[in-house]
Amino acid sequence: MAQRTGSNLHGIVLDEQVMFTLREFSHACGIRTELIIEMVEEGVIEPAVTETEWQFHGDSLVRAQRALRLVRDLELNWPGAALALDLLDELDRLQRR
Amino acid sequence: MEFKDYYKILGVDRDASKDDVKRAYRRLARKYHPDVSKESDAEARFKEMKEAYEVLKDPEKRSAYDQFGANWKAGQDFQPPPNWRREYSFGGGAESFGDAGQFSDFFESLFGGGRGGGFSFRTGGGRMKGEDVNATISIPIEDAYRGASRTITLEVPEADASGVVARRRKTLNVKIPAGITAGKRIRLEQQGGPGFGGAPAGDLYLAVDFEPHRFYRADGRDIHLELPVTPWEAALGRKVKVPTPGGAVDLQIPAGSSSGKTLRLKGRGLPGKPPGDQYVALKVVVPPATDEKMRGLYESLEREHHVNPRAKLGV
Repeated sequence: MAQRTGSNLHGIVLDEQVMFTLREFSHACGIRTELIIEMVEEGVIEPAVTETEWQFHGDSLVRAQRALRLVRDLELNWPGAALALDLLDELDRLQRR
Repeated sequence: MEFKDYYKILGVDRDASKDDVKRAYRRLARKYHPDVSKESDAEARFKEMKEAYEVLKDPEKRSAYDQFGANWKAGQDFQPPPNWRREYSFGGGAESFGDAGQFSDFFESLFGGGRGGGFSFRTGGGRMKGEDVNATISIPIEDAYRGASRTITLEVPEADASGVVARRRKTLNVKIPAGITAGKRIRLEQQGGPGFGGAPAGDLYLAVDFEPHRFYRADGRDIHLELPVTPWEAALGRKVKVPTPGGAVDLQIPAGSSSGKTLRLKGRGLPGKPPGDQYVALKVVVPPATDEKMRGLYESLEREHHVNPRAKLGV
């Protein structure tokens, strides 16, 4: 029943070394680019490169996806989700000490 | 399949108002949302709540569900009545949260499969990218240093030829790259749930956590370690062995060190650009005076060297 792949799968680590264009970013989140722009305008995420075409770090993808789930499941607005994520990150940081 | 008691899941009475249901869901969702909660079963519990809310917030679904009455108990074996589909038609199942395959068989037998419902943010109509799957793995710090492989088993929703969605176990070998830090996610493209209408599969996001270590603590790529030393190693300055994830190294303790002094081993943390450092905090351990000779040595120190370590406390 279980399906098995023989060789090792190599993923990419979503950190500040990886970059996504706006299009790739919106595809990875499964949402329209307009909503990504809205998230940037509301301060949920920040593009890493703005001079040319917008580009986003890998960790912004993680943050955007978490924000989307919070907005969807807890019926928050963008600023509310951004605040929740900031506090959760801070909590994480303190707990790792 | 098992009957689900949606009222019990949300902790509300069967005559709860729409507002009561909403309040109960929101309160529980804040506590158990997987992005917020640290509880180990948060993901599973939250899915149940979402499903319960999906039914009880919708007057049509709720009244259909209410037909089964209060006699049904959670976990009882359940089959929908034969004429169910003719009497009720719920296009698209989950309306506001259409991530395919999110809901239980019980839900899907009553209200249809999750597919095609379409969470309002999602793009596409007939074509729909598969569900993204989130999973967590814990690895020892040593594996983060060297890199490792892990075999993981996931449950992904999969639709058969007739479009019926069922969960299916899938086993993957995943490479954990050297230098990964706790809390980071690995993205494995198209290893999530299958897409619909020829659309690509969803992605798999693997969150990496570190197992608690006997003596290391990681902070990003930096490693922290408390190193026990004797009073004479600290006072005289000696070279001692220190473990690092990459193997033991020699560390020169400066003469006149005390407990709490922290030394940095540059580049001995987790690999990366730049690599992390290892911070070694000295902890002076005083061997007990177990025999006469040891006692004598301590006493001669006491006699010959008067020092008040509490001077700064004003005593």
